[in-house]
This record gives sequence, structure tokens and C-alpha cells, in this order.
Amino acid sequence: MTKQLLKGNEAFAEAAIRAGVEGFFGYPITPSTEFLEYMSRRMPELGRAFVQAESEVAAINMVYGAACTGKRVMTASSSPGISLMSEGISYIAGTEVPVVIVNVMRGGPGLGNIAPSQGDYFQMTKGGGHGDYFPIVLAPASVQEAIDYITLAFDLAEKYRSIVHIVVDGNIGQMMEPAELPPMRKIPKEAPEWAVTGAKGREPNILTSIYIDPVDEEVVNIRLLKRWLEIEKNEVRYKEYALDDAEIAVIGFGTAGRVASSAVRAAREEGIKVGLFRPISLSPFPKKQIEEISKRVRRILVVEMNSGMMLEDVKRVVQGRVPVEFYGRMGGVTPFPDEILDEIRRVDSNTADVADLEREQWLDRLEARIAGGK
Amino acid sequence: MVMEKVVYQRPESLTDTVTHYCPGCTHGVAHRLVAEVLDEMGIREKTIGVAPVGCSVFAYNYFNHDYVEAAHGRAPAMATGIKRVRPQNTVYTYQGDGDLASIGMAEIVHAAIRGENITVIFINNAIYGMTGGQMAPTTLAGMKTTSSPLGRDVELTGYPVKMAEMLSTIDGAGYIVRRSLHNPVNIRKAKKAIRKAFETQERGLGFAMVELLSSCPTNWKITPQEALDFIENSMLPVYPLGDYKVHPELAGLRV
Ligand SMILES: Cc1ncc(C[n+]2csc(CCOP(=O)(O)OP(=O)(O)O)c2C)c(N)n1
Ligand code: SF4
Repeated sequence: MTKQLLKGNEAFAEAAIRAGVEGFFGYPITPSTEFLEYMSRRMPELGRAFVQAESEVAAINMVYGAACTGKRVMTASSSPGISLMSEGISYIAGTEVPVVIVNVMRGGPGLGNIAPSQGDYFQMTKGGGHGDYFPIVLAPASVQEAIDYITLAFDLAEKYRSIVHIVVDGNIGQMMEPAELPPMRKIPKEAPEWAVTGAKGREPNILTSIYIDPVDEEVVNIRLLKRWLEIEKNEVRYKEYALDDAEIAVIGFGTAGRVASSAVRAAREEGIKVGLFRPISLSPFPKKQIEEISKRVRRILVVEMNSGMMLEDVKRVVQGRVPVEFYGRMGGVTPFPDEILDEIRRVDSNTADVADLEREQWLDRLEARIAGGK
Repeated sequence: MVMEKVVYQRPESLTDTVTHYCPGCTHGVAHRLVAEVLDEMGIREKTIGVAPVGCSVFAYNYFNHDYVEAAHGRAPAMATGIKRVRPQNTVYTYQGDGDLASIGMAEIVHAAIRGENITVIFINNAIYGMTGGQMAPTTLAGMKTTSSPLGRDVELTGYPVKMAEMLSTIDGAGYIVRRSLHNPVNIRKAKKAIRKAFETQERGLGFAMVELLSSCPTNWKITPQEALDFIENSMLPVYPLGDYKVHPELAGLRV
């Protein structure tokens, strides 16, 4: 396989096809719609199931049902659609069936807009649905990375009987980039032993998320938690750039991390000792790695396209060892590399205490920047 | 020597489990009819049931075949997902009236619109059983429930919804009928309808639903016998029994 020029959402859909997805159920919503449109043509072509559901509520419950058969199934949506899906997501978590969900995040809250955003960080990483469970959340930063992680997502979902969320923003969903698709995976003939396939020559399989006796539910909670601790041990993923001798660490995921990498490169050319840490698994969060970094650098700058959500996870890990500063854009605004370069310069020369006021200080700077028409 | 002949036994499609249903509840009757039909058609081993949220949430403990448990009202969507990726299986939902006609209204209507090849067993007992007797969309005018303590005021809360009539207007529907479980004659008719609803699926004729008028003596706060009388005297006039839509290919089918 060689590299071709691929459009984000369509490439992700084809990657899922190559990974062996046998059922896609979705509802149109910008900026993820091309995913569904691509599937509406490609899935029937291969004799696989595609349904444009009446709502995201129905779509996720179709995914839920189809997942109970042990086949690889998925949906793709965008922020408001994911909100509607949160009921089904919780049931899927409680029933321990593997599902892959792509969220092409947009500006919010509410109807918000269709511009790229990272405002769903909490929704995705801290559950989204009700109850006691942890989802795997992967945040690729390019078309190629998204292709690779969608393929991996199905393996992880099956290995841990878990939900795997792929979160990208509209930038990555809409961009054209040279990338390489994986080869077509053979569809397995056998279903996993837990799946509902018809109780032919065996005891019935029952897939449910109700455990009416609290003692039984706790058994499930313990099983889910143990599996999660296993995931935390094995599935942390991230990218590092120029961190070896860095005195300043920039931390950002997805598009924000990608924009930050340009800024970090430019700052290096100016002689600033700065490096980039880009979490790819937002959940499990790269706690150890960030803790290590916080022992080596003078200061940390978290960059996000939201109001400082991952910031809270970073601060929890850093535990006040070094000042953690923040820069973000919200509402669907993507920061320019220059903005982040300015921030890196400022952070490099800043010796003042942040005293947990990083959001207030950032807001002052942001409002000044907006007032200045930048 | 006396020859013994078995005339009545537990269908293979039912497990040997005592149900949690109240005395006089017809959920158990509906379960048995479905199980007998699955046995008679020889499809138990390929059947996947979808249980609702409601009193029959534990249906999977009583049926002896594969089962999944849906979120409240979402059984038709879940059944859609299963049937689309495993068309070789027989898939049915078993739903109450709060589940199907209130919170799950969109899912049931759109499953019918898409003509999903699934079978729906719809238990209409005019009340929310599991949560202790609140008003359902099917609650009769003037009927007292815990959330319509003065009797259902249709001016404020709407009129009883007639699901069979409504779904029969949808092109994707292949078989839509209403039956009742209040006496043996009607129970026999209900079983035939359930058989046809599964035959509809086996023949790929589209969405099939049997609405079953059912009792809830506990929340109606009357005796089991009075509950059966209530179905006959009060529910039948509002919910007339009948065949609302029958696919032409089923017309000649004798079951
Ligand atoms: C999302 C959600 N909302 C509400 C409930 C609470 N609830 C459980 S069963 C039920 C009503 C069930 O009534 P029905 O479908 O008529 O079935 P029955 O119990 O009468 O057989 C409700 C409201 C729930 N489980 N989930
Ligand atoms: S509450 Fe009503 S519907 Fe539920 S089991 Fe008892 S009688 Fe049946």
C-alpha cells in the first residue's frame, strides 16, 4: 500500500471497513456526516449492515444490539449526537460488549456550531453515560493517526470488552492529507462464546446490564474496575517531541497538540528549551509520563481548544511541583501557531507564581487578544 | 395397564423457573404462548429475544433461548441492530405499553417504517406496572392511577393511544393485530396471532406486531377475576380486537 490523498472522515470510515466493521448505525450531523455518507455506499457494497437511524438514541441502541452478536460494529457522530447516545453508551458499558464510537467534536454547549472544538473532553473521558465505568478514549491528531487508531480501537474494544471512543475535531475530520490505509481484514466466521447467536446446542446466552441485587452489581463493578486498571497499565499512548532537554513542556492533544508542535518547533529555533507532550490516550491518561516530565521542567503550558479541561487532569498529576499555565481557544476557534508561540515565549520568561489562577490569567490575556483583533 | 398421555407440559422454550409476576397477571400467559409458538415452529435455537424495561424486564430468566435486555423503550432499535447483522436469526421484542408507546414511541414507529423483519409482542395493560401504577399513554379516560389520582383527564393528558391502528397505516408493516388475554377463547386466538407474527418474519414480510390486552390486578387494585372482567368490559370498547393489517401472503396461512 502506498500513500494517497485522503479526506479525514471518509478515510476513517474506510479504515473501519478494513478493520472488519460489519454494522454501522448513525444519524447525520456536521462535521461527521461524510462518515455516514461513505458508509451508506460502502457497507451495502460489501454486504454489510448500514442503517440511517431515526435519531442518535436509536442509532446507539442498534449498535448495542448488533454488538451483542459479537460482530465489529460502530457509529460516528458529533457532540450533540454523542449527548443523545449517552444512555446507550452506559448500557453498552454495563453489558460489557465491544463498541467503537467516533466523535468529531464541534463547538458548544447546546447546538453551538459546526466548527472544530475539544469541548467534549470531560464528556468523553469522565464517562458520558451514567454509572460506574471507564471508557477508553483515543485522540489522534492527523488523518494517518486516526486511521491507525480506528484500526487499533476495534482490537482494544474486543480485548477488554469495552467502549473505545475516538475523538477528533472537525479539522481532522474535514482535512485532506496523504495517508495509508491498512489491508482488508478477513471477517471471522466464529462468534465469541458470550455472543447471542441463537442457543443451538448450548445453554442460552443472556446479555444484560441489570443486576437487581446490589451485591451482584458490585461484582460487575469490581470486574469492570479490574479490567480498567489493566487498561491503565497497558494502553497508555502518547507522542513526545523535543522533551529531552526541555525546561518548558507544552501539553496538548489532537489538533491543539498538532498546532502546538509547530509553535514548539519555532520556539526551538529561537533557542527556547521547550518540548511537546501530546497524549493520545486521553483515557487512560498518561499520568506517569506527565508526572516524570513535571520533575524535569521549570513550567508547563497546557494548550486546548476548550476552557481548560485536560488542564485539570494535568494539574492533578503535577501536584504543584511546577507552575501549570493554560492557553485555550473555545467556541470552535482553532488557535494559530503564532498564538501558542507567543505563549511559549511568555511562559519561558515568567517566574511568577500561578497560584491556581491560570484560568483567570488566561482569560485576561485572551480577552486582550480578542480586543486587539488578533 | 393404563396408558398415560401427556396433554400439557412446559414448552422447551420456557425454563423451569417460577416467575416473579403477580397472581392474576397475564404476562405469564403471554410468555407461554410465545414459547409454545417457538417450539411448534422449531425455531428456539435460532431465536434472540429483546426484553424491555418494565415488569417483564426479567423475561430472559423465563425463556430458554438467547436474550438481550434493552434500555427503556429501545428494544426495537436493539432488535434492528441484531437482525441487520444476523438476518439468519429470528428476533423479537417483548414490550409493555410504557416502554413501547411512551418512551419508545420513536423506536417502534421507525422500526415499522423501515419494515424491519422483527416480531413485536406488545403487552397493553393500560398502566406502568413496574414502577407502581402510574398513568401510561394507554390508560383509559377517567382511569385512576398513582399519577392521575383523580382519573385520567384526557383534556390535559391526551387520549389512550391505539398502537395497532396507528402502526397499521405504515407501509413497512406486514402484520398488525390486536388480541386479548382475558379468557381461554381469546388466549387461543392470541396464540394464533403470535404464530402468524413469527411466520411474517420467517417469510421476510416486514414488521409484525401483536398487541395483547393484558391484566395488571396489582396496580388496577382489583382481584384477578375483576381484572379479566375489566379487560372485557372497559378495555375492549376502547381497544377493539381485530386484524389491522395482514400482508396478502399471510391471508391464506392456516395456523
Ligand atoms: C430512562 C428510564 N426512564 C424511566 C425508567 C423507569 N421505569 C421502569 S419500568 C417503567 C414503566 C414500565 O411500564 P410498562 O412499559 O407499561 O410495562 P409493565 O411494567 O406495565 O409491564 C418505567 C417508567 C427507566 N427504567 N428508564
Ligand atoms: S405489577 Fe401488574 S404487570 Fe407487573 S407483574 Fe404485577 S400484575 Fe403483572
